[in-house]
Amino acid sequence: MSRIKEIRVGLATCGIAAGAQRIGRHLQEKLAAANADVPIKQVGCIGMCYNEPIVDVVDENGTTTYGRVTEEAIDRIVDRHILGGALVDGFRVETDGFLGDQVRIVLENCGIIDPESLDEYRARDGYVALENALRTMAPDEVVEVMKESGLRGRGGAGFPTGLKWSFAAREESTEKYVICNADEGDPGAFMDRSVLEGDPHRVLEGMAIAAYAIGATHGYVYVRAEYPLAIRRLKRAIADARAAQLLGDHILGTSFSFDVLIKAGAGAFVCGEETALIASIEGRRGMPRKRPPYPASSGLWGRPTNINNVETLANVPWILRHGAEAFAAYGTESSKGTKVFALAGKIKHSGLIEIPMGMPIRRIVFDIGGGIQDDRPLKAVQMGGPSGGCIPASLVDTPVDYEALKATGAIVGSGGMIVLDDSTCMVDVARYFLDFTQKESCGKCTFCRVGTKRMLETLERICAGDGRDGDLEALVSLGHKIKENSLCGLGQTAPNPVLTTTEYFRDEYVAHIVDKACPAGVCKPLLQFHIDPDVCKNCGLCARECPVSAIAEADGGYHVIDREACVKCGRCEQVCPFGAVEILSGKVPA
Amino acid sequence: MGLCEERRPVLGVLSRSDKGGQAEREPSSLPRTPASVIPLLQQIQEAEGFISEDAVERVARHTGASASSVYGVATFYSQFRLRRPGTHTIRVCEGTACHVLGIGVVLDRLIEHLGINVGETTADGLFTLESVRCLGCCSLAPAVMIDDETYGRVTPDSMVEILAKYREDES
Repeated sequence: MSRIKEIRVGLATCGIAAGAQRIGRHLQEKLAAANADVPIKQVGCIGMCYNEPIVDVVDENGTTTYGRVTEEAIDRIVDRHILGGALVDGFRVETDGFLGDQVRIVLENCGIIDPESLDEYRARDGYVALENALRTMAPDEVVEVMKESGLRGRGGAGFPTGLKWSFAAREESTEKYVICNADEGDPGAFMDRSVLEGDPHRVLEGMAIAAYAIGATHGYVYVRAEYPLAIRRLKRAIADARAAQLLGDHILGTSFSFDVLIKAGAGAFVCGEETALIASIEGRRGMPRKRPPYPASSGLWGRPTNINNVETLANVPWILRHGAEAFAAYGTESSKGTKVFALAGKIKHSGLIEIPMGMPIRRIVFDIGGGIQDDRPLKAVQMGGPSGGCIPASLVDTPVDYEALKATGAIVGSGGMIVLDDSTCMVDVARYFLDFTQKESCGKCTFCRVGTKRMLETLERICAGDGRDGDLEALVSLGHKIKENSLCGLGQTAPNPVLTTTEYFRDEYVAHIVDKACPAGVCKPLLQFHIDPDVCKNCGLCARECPVSAIAEADGGYHVIDREACVKCGRCEQVCPFGAVEILSGKVPA
Repeated sequence: MGLCEERRPVLGVLSRSDKGGQAEREPSSLPRTPASVIPLLQQIQEAEGFISEDAVERVARHTGASASSVYGVATFYSQFRLRRPGTHTIRVCEGTACHVLGIGVVLDRLIEHLGINVGETTADGLFTLESVRCLGCCSLAPAVMIDDETYGRVTPDSMVEILAKYREDES
């Protein structure tokens, strides 16, 4: 019993959504009832979201991870493992496959420390990098280390961080700002949320170091209002850091002063763009403006401003503690260090991973991600969200590297990686992303505002079975024009999902336009529902559930669907206990 | 700037009682500059549930921004709603992972079950249906959030059961 050092319960958004708070309470009650005095602590996300809720038991033999934990599982874990010293099978999770190939720099503390405890962060060398920088390094030496490390912006654009800092550092001004961009807007990306929820002090330390390097005294964290838990933990971290003299006036007794405020975003994807983000902090509509002047010379309130993404800043303390060389030892020639990816979609192990740059996509999907759900064939990997593209299965050996991915038409992006299988329609995916960017376009540039709308209308027509000759060519031509004639990253990248899918999945577009068929069985207007008479047991459930009474019993003891009346809602297919309802596209049996 | 600020009367901005009504109002502690427009709108929506015409006027008076520019901000950002929401807000995640894992059929069922479209409120004022771009719970896709509670791996049937629980609690 006394061998148990601590029990960790994963309480990030994903854990909480999976019921981790209830599990945690049950664990507390069970331990109290057993009179067992074992410390329980909340931790952030370890990344194995597919196993939530997760409970780690740490004893002298190391860490045992239990996943998909239920209340009954807690009873057994307490009785057998915590009180009895024996491992409990059935819920134990092998972590080697998932964690073994990862290199954790940004996520080194996520899922291990209590994010609301400054002491735990400091026990793992937290704020050591800031203290060393303040006491032993000149600001330009800090900039130099960042340059040597080769760190590039992790928000998507990949601009060299050290160079960016040097621009703001050389500006003469009485007031400068550091902004942490936590407006994580890409659907399918949640790494910034996990870092803020799991290790908020790391981001604050990175901001303070950046501020020291460029000579700023004020900082803002611009974080999505949709991330209430991240905001709460960040507030707590700022208060604790102030109390410990790690933020505020005369940090650690030195002459350096720096303080941080939180600005909650109000929901606008375009605010991920730095000039739009600045407009939003100033209280205006978040519309980008022309650059130059760049924020480094004229940013917030017209002052020199340095903006970095959460993940970029989270790398900074590690780089200062271990040196630029140690960081640059990971990765490829042009892409150094690691990158965090949010793995989701039709993959077995969805979650958050951190891998050295240069790892082939195949290893991420099949080794770390465990392969495709139900062992279906991989069709494509969507990277970079609405700004990115779809990499087909044939290019799955492409290494994760800024330049190599750009050559495929996709981008590293902020790190969303959505795995798609053969039941995903690529035309539908392109339509989905265009729908997103079209609605999020701020409306300033004509090509972005009107062009994305026209592209979306064309895609909607194709998905509805009304595609025409020339649609494909029009999409590609308009796509290139939008890229060339838009002011900011949103418009410049919005056509990417369409351009990559028309290039790699042309056949699928042709099937929609010419054959009026959706090979993946997704686009409803192109589908026909059909009951296989040999499988149908004539139970009548589908007929009772059908909202438009389009199903009736036929002579011969089976049911048939009236295709004229059918609205293709799919209810019959969902309810049929025998799997007799088939979804067909293209050639349909009479 | 300084002069204007003095001439503006200090009027109540924030509603003390929740959910609107003719409430007593207290001044906001936020600085009286246009930079406070967004945080003030957020505070008012938190207290009153939505941004009324009157709220736009109050924000304009407090910050010195024109009412039209406050309205411009309120309509630019998706967080702000200009109509009173129902007791519970259902946010259906339309993130990429949810999209490919079938949130579409879940949303279809919700629209049919509640008899309203996205952006509308049921006649009994119980539910408002909204769609959001990504809740960031992609590993639990498809996901739906009701008020502050997130539900993962939902199906059309499980959604209907979940809503039934909210109705029970209400009656």
